Amino acid sequence: MTDYLLVDGLEKRFSSHGRAAFKDVSFSVGQGEFVALIGPSGCGKSTLLHIMAGLSQPSAGTVRLAGAPVAKPRPEMMFVFQQYTKSIFPWKTVLDNVLLGVKYHSDASREVLEKICLEHLELVGLGRYPGYFPYQLSGGMQQRVAIARALARRPKILLMDEPFSALDAMMRVELQDLLLKLWSELNLTVLFVTHDLDEALYLAQRVIMLSASPGTVAEDVRVPLAYPRQQIETRSDQAYLQLRERLYRNMVAQVMAGRANGP
Amino acid sequence: MSEPKTSRLKTVLRDSRLSGVALIVLLLAFWQFSAMYFVHSPTWPTVTRIFEAWFENIADGTLATHLFATLWRQMLGYGLAVLLGIALGLAMGYYKALYNLFEPLVETLRPIPGPAYLPLLVLFVGIGSEMKVVLILVASLFPILLNTYSGVRSIDRVQFDTARTLGLTTLQTFRELVVPAASPQILTGMRISLAISLILAILGEMIVSNDGLGYFVLLAQRTFKVPDMYAGIFTLALLGYVLNRLFLMIESRLIRWHTESSGRT
Repeated sequence: MTDYLLVDGLEKRFSSHGRAAFKDVSFSVGQGEFVALIGPSGCGKSTLLHIMAGLSQPSAGTVRLAGAPVAKPRPEMMFVFQQYTKSIFPWKTVLDNVLLGVKYHSDASREVLEKICLEHLELVGLGRYPGYFPYQLSGGMQQRVAIARALARRPKILLMDEPFSALDAMMRVELQDLLLKLWSELNLTVLFVTHDLDEALYLAQRVIMLSASPGTVAEDVRVPLAYPRQQIETRSDQAYLQLRERLYRNMVAQVMAGRANGP
Repeated sequence: MSEPKTSRLKTVLRDSRLSGVALIVLLLAFWQFSAMYFVHSPTWPTVTRIFEAWFENIADGTLATHLFATLWRQMLGYGLAVLLGIALGLAMGYYKALYNLFEPLVETLRPIPGPAYLPLLVLFVGIGSEMKVVLILVASLFPILLNTYSGVRSIDRVQFDTARTLGLTTLQTFRELVVPAASPQILTGMRISLAISLILAILGEMIVSNDGLGYFVLLAQRTFKVPDMYAGIFTLALLGYVLNRLFLMIESRLIRWHTESSGRT
C-alpha cells in the first residue's frame, strides 16, 4: 500500500505554556485504508487530525497528501466533527445543509445538485428527511446529515474526529456499521479518531495508538479481522479479544505514565 | 391517589392573558368613575371625554398627520442605524483587528445618553427633521452594533472550521454562517433600538418641531387641551405596542429554527 496520506515528524506546541501536545509523530495511511487513531485524552489526537485537515498549523513537521503538502483544507479530504449540533447549521434544512458543500463548487443546475444531495441522503438512510430542520432530528440522524454532506463533495478521504462519541450506544452501533458499508462501497480512505478502543478495533484495519502527553506513536498494529464485521461475532472473536487486551494494557500504562509526568 | 383537578378559573389565570386585559379595563373604569364623581379638575378628564377627543382628532386627520411625521423620522433614523449597526458590527465581530480598533471608542461613546447629543446636534445639524433623524440614528446605533458584534464573536469555532472544510470563501461564509448565526442577537439589538428610536423621536419633537406626536402632546398640554394630550399619549402607547408586535411577528418568522430549537433543549 502506498503512502497516500503522510505525516512526518509532526509536533504541536501550545503557545500559552510552550508544552508540546505531541511531538515527532510520523505515520502514513494507504489509499483505501481504514485507520483508527486512539490515545488517552489530552494526547492531542484531535489536534493532530485538525492539522492533517489543514485546519490548523503544526509547530514542526509536514502533512502530505499524495506527495503535496497540506496547508489548508483540501476538497479531497472531508472532516466530520464530533459536535454535530454545531457542524450541521441549525438554520438550514437537512437538504440545504448538504447542498452547502456542493453549491459553490459546481456549475450544475440547482435541480441536478439537489438530486445529488438527495442521493447522498438516501445513502445514509435519510432519504425521507430533506425538508426537516436539525432540531427535529435525533443526534444520530444529525451526524448522518454531516456524513452525507461530506460525501456529497465526493472526497477520497474522510477525517473523522470522534464522530460517534456523543451518541447513545444503539445509535453508535448503527452508525459504525453504516460507516463500514460506505467505506467499502465508495472506496474511501478513513482516518478515525476515537478514545474508545473497542470502536477502533471494530472498525479499523489498523490502529495507531498515541502515548500520553507529549504524544508519540506508541503502537501501530494491524487488526487481523475480516470484513464484513459483525457487532456480536467480531467483538467476541479470539483475535479481537487478544489484541484488545494487549492494547488496553498499553493504554492503561500510558495513562499512568501521563499522570506520573503531571500536567 | 389522584391529583386534585385544577379549577377552570386557575387554568384561565395561568394560561391566558385575559386577566391582564381585564385589569386595564378595570383601571380605565376606575379612572372614569373617579373623574365623574370625585376629582373635578381640568387635568383629570373622564375617559369618555378623552376617547371623544381621540376620535375627533382621528376624524379630522390631525392625528394621522402627526403620526406620519413621527413615523417617517423614526423609521429613517432607525433604518439607518440598522444598516450601519449591522454592517459595522459584522465587520468588527469577524475581524479582530477592527474590533480592537473600534471597541474602545464604542465603549466610550456608548454610555452617553442619547438625549445628551441633542444640544450638540442643534449646533451642527440645525433644528429641522435632519436633527431628529440623526439623533434617533445615534441613539439606536449602539444596541444593534453591540449585539451584532457579540453575536458574531460567539459563533463556535467548529462552525468556522466547517465552513473552511466546505471550501467557502469569506463572502460565502458571511452569507451562509456569520449572518444567520448572529441573527438572533442582531434581532435582539434591533428590538431594543426600536423602542429607543420612538423615545428619541418624541423627545426631539418636544424640544423643537412643528409636527409629530411629541409636538402634538406638548402643544395640547400648553394650550390646555388636556383631553387631546391624553389622546396623544394613548396613540403613542398604541404605536409602541403595534411596532413591537409587528417586530416579534417578523422575528419569529426569521429565526424559527432558533426559537424552536432552544425551546427543546
